[in-house]
Amino acid sequence: MFVIERRAERSALFRFVSPALAVLTALVCGALFLKVSGFDPLAVYGGMWRGAFGDAYGLSETIVKAIPIALCALGIAVAFRMNLWNIGAEGQLYAGAAAAAWVALSFPGAPAAFVLPAMTAAGMSAGALWALLAAVPRAWVGANEILTTLMLNYTAVFLSEYLIHGPWKDPAGFNFPLSPAFSEAARLPAFGDTRIHAGLIFALAAAAALTVALRKTKWGYELRLVGASPAVATYAGVGIARHVLVAMAVGGALAGLAGMTEVSAITGRLQYGLSPGYGYSAIIVAWLAKLSPAGILAMAFLFGGLLVGGYAVQFIGVPAAAVNMLQGAMLFFWLAAEFLGRYRVALRGRPREVR
Amino acid sequence: MEMDAVTALLAAAVGAGTPLLYAALGEILCERSGVLNLGVEGMMLVGAVCGFLAAVETKSPGAGVAAAMLAGGALAAVHAFMTVTLRVNQIISGLALALFGTGVSSYLGKHLIGVPLPVTPGPLPIPGLADLPVVGAVLFSRDPLVYASYLLVPTAWFWIHRTRPGLHLRAVGEDPATADAAGVNVYRVRYAGILAGGMLAGLGGAYLSLFYAPCWVENMTAGRGWIALALVIFAVWSPLRALAGAWLFGGIEALGFRIQVLGAVVSPFFLKMLPYLFTIAVLVFFTAWNRRRRIGAPEALGLPYERE
Repeated sequence: MFVIERRAERSALFRFVSPALAVLTALVCGALFLKVSGFDPLAVYGGMWRGAFGDAYGLSETIVKAIPIALCALGIAVAFRMNLWNIGAEGQLYAGAAAAAWVALSFPGAPAAFVLPAMTAAGMSAGALWALLAAVPRAWVGANEILTTLMLNYTAVFLSEYLIHGPWKDPAGFNFPLSPAFSEAARLPAFGDTRIHAGLIFALAAAAALTVALRKTKWGYELRLVGASPAVATYAGVGIARHVLVAMAVGGALAGLAGMTEVSAITGRLQYGLSPGYGYSAIIVAWLAKLSPAGILAMAFLFGGLLVGGYAVQFIGVPAAAVNMLQGAMLFFWLAAEFLGRYRVALRGRPREVR
Repeated sequence: MEMDAVTALLAAAVGAGTPLLYAALGEILCERSGVLNLGVEGMMLVGAVCGFLAAVETKSPGAGVAAAMLAGGALAAVHAFMTVTLRVNQIISGLALALFGTGVSSYLGKHLIGVPLPVTPGPLPIPGLADLPVVGAVLFSRDPLVYASYLLVPTAWFWIHRTRPGLHLRAVGEDPATADAAGVNVYRVRYAGILAGGMLAGLGGAYLSLFYAPCWVENMTAGRGWIALALVIFAVWSPLRALAGAWLFGGIEALGFRIQVLGAVVSPFFLKMLPYLFTIAVLVFFTAWNRRRRIGAPEALGLPYERE
């Protein structure tokens, strides 16, 4: 019979192999699923690959989608490090987008040198505040942050829908639910002819700053300590409530920044469907990257490619949701691969155990 | 408000509460075994879409309900394998299940949007009881799945608190090592709890797509799976309190609807936020309340069990 036994130490090999293994296994299972539903898996994957990475346009769009995913994932990974489950990046992104839009719409004549920093500050603050709505009850009474952040996601989406249907509706918008377009000054600059925008610099800077902060500062050390053992951390005099508030606020600020870059650089107004679930993809990205900032950048690029590739194969009839399925499956297979890193499965005779 | 309006609101509360009730009862069984399954939203969605698909294909709501329970159970089996056999982090596995299930349901449901249900199962008034004032309309002129939930609540309570398998379930959720030493098969009990939870979540989803809506809309659960998880905390893991909570939460959802119909000045978007904001408020209040009264989750909730 098979027995499962714990390895003496985590397999070094699996540390690096498990994300790749997860992605590949999910793709193989996805292929079976596609086959069963009547598609040619190779044609679908080929189409996705060409759409996402095949030419300069595809690559640039992949990076455009990777930016908000990376920003959200970098933020929530901070909380994940201390076993704090911020599932609310999606809502924090919408809160940041709405606040940035408010600044842009309030100062239509202001120069870029004022309005862009103000939008950034407003977006990050709103994201952080939205996260604190869940963080404060968590720190105060221990209210489950998974559920509160999720409820706040739905609330944030309805709030922004209220704004574009109501007070911020574009009078010249033929009754469509849209805010008026921002002024040119409120649009983040893009690189060359692509849609890749300055948000890329934000994401790279955030990743660099977090790498240093997590490795070299007292804060980063305490964060790991709280994650490993809240009891030890408390005994060592580390205030857990304070860390909860800070970790959630940092995550909220980065997700809010993602919302700001989306409205400022991509849509140029507040409108429906700002995010096709960037905040949820970010959860998977954060884990597949083992919460490492550099890894998150790489995984966000891959997931951006999945999204773009998913759009590319819609014209042959593959539902866009296939990509969501693949992403969810990747998280399962990553968990299974992690298991193989910690345990070994051996074929043995009957265990010689005294009963 | 007039009597008719009150009756209508209460009736709507029971209808809106029924999917929550099934999902919450399932999660109570699962969490009582010591396993947290955050994938309720995904299991409900897959249940809703598979139930609808089966009902369209077979023209039988009963087959739809059965398919939904199977589908919810199948997804739960993945979670059971991951958390019980592979002992991975229950939170991450549950989140993966929620995201995966959402994707699967959209994928499967793509061609079902706008498709009508061939047979719409109508209410089945109970002779005698249905003629009672108010309660007759609210409780006894409903569809069979609502009646089944009346039976399931006391049955679940009795099973958990008054039978030997229920004792084993609680023992495994509180102290698996001791239960194991006493001869209870911890893995089997946990698998059973998770699978039952998945089947009931699937049933809750089918109630939405076959009776409540009745249609398939992408992401039609709209967070009800997560609300059900909050409901479990509100109910302190008790089926009886889950019934009260589900109808209360259903009442809030129905209230938002009613206010809209009555043509209130409040924006419909704020009314749509109501159930989510209410959930946060209830969660915060009852977490504090439970903590003060020193009652809480099953002791071993969230911890993988490994024989030493």
